[in-house]
Amino acid sequence: MKLAFGSPALDAASRLMTPFMLMFGAYVVVHGHDSPGGGFQGGVIIAACIILVRLVRGRAGGWMLAPERALAFACAGLGIFIGVGLLGPIFGGNFLDYSALPLLLEAPKARAAGSMAIEIGVAVTVTGVLSLIFDALVEARDDG
Amino acid sequence: MFRLSLVPLVVLGALLMTAAGGLPPVGDPESPAATHVSPRYISRGPEETGATNLVTGVLADYRSYDTLGETAVICAAGLACWLILGARWREDGGAQ
Repeated sequence: MKLAFGSPALDAASRLMTPFMLMFGAYVVVHGHDSPGGGFQGGVIIAACIILVRLVRGRAGGWMLAPERALAFACAGLGIFIGVGLLGPIFGGNFLDYSALPLLLEAPKARAAGSMAIEIGVAVTVTGVLSLIFDALVEARDDG
Repeated sequence: MFRLSLVPLVVLGALLMTAAGGLPPVGDPESPAATHVSPRYISRGPEETGATNLVTGVLADYRSYDTLGETAVICAAGLACWLILGARWREDGGAQ
């Protein structure tokens, strides 16, 4: 986006909001086990924060997640998911069986840890994809 | 062409309407969906998955294969958006 919607009021408001949005996004991802939330929702909140900064401050804001990098994020999240799933067969369990991981925890705790890892992978994927879609829509319009 | 497309639409609609009559009522505790695996998830979910939020327990643990597919779909959707919408833009950047 070449032209931002920037103004002192918007700039101040977005500066005030972004830390809390990022914090809340991370909280929703990590706390998904005990309260409503999870990887998809938390990833969307983090991506909304990135998009907010891009809307207010434009490309010069320094929050530009380049599309290639966003795509790498998306694939890395999927890779985390599959990698954690493949740790199961490596340590003698089934695919995506987190209780087989050598975590020195009893089974429910190990399963919770494995679920947390895949939720983080999902959040990384969702953040990357939403940022990528926003960039693709905006840039396609700018250049057309 | 429009009239022709109405024929399968009406046939399919009538078929689905007839089939809808055979569905169990909403919230029926005796329906197959409520008697197969759901009781196990509800009664033993927290102790088996370590997640007090049952939804996360099912999504990330019991049905994590399904969630893996969803994540792959989202990744593919982003890739498709980039390939279709960003074509002109990538040419400008010299990537192509």
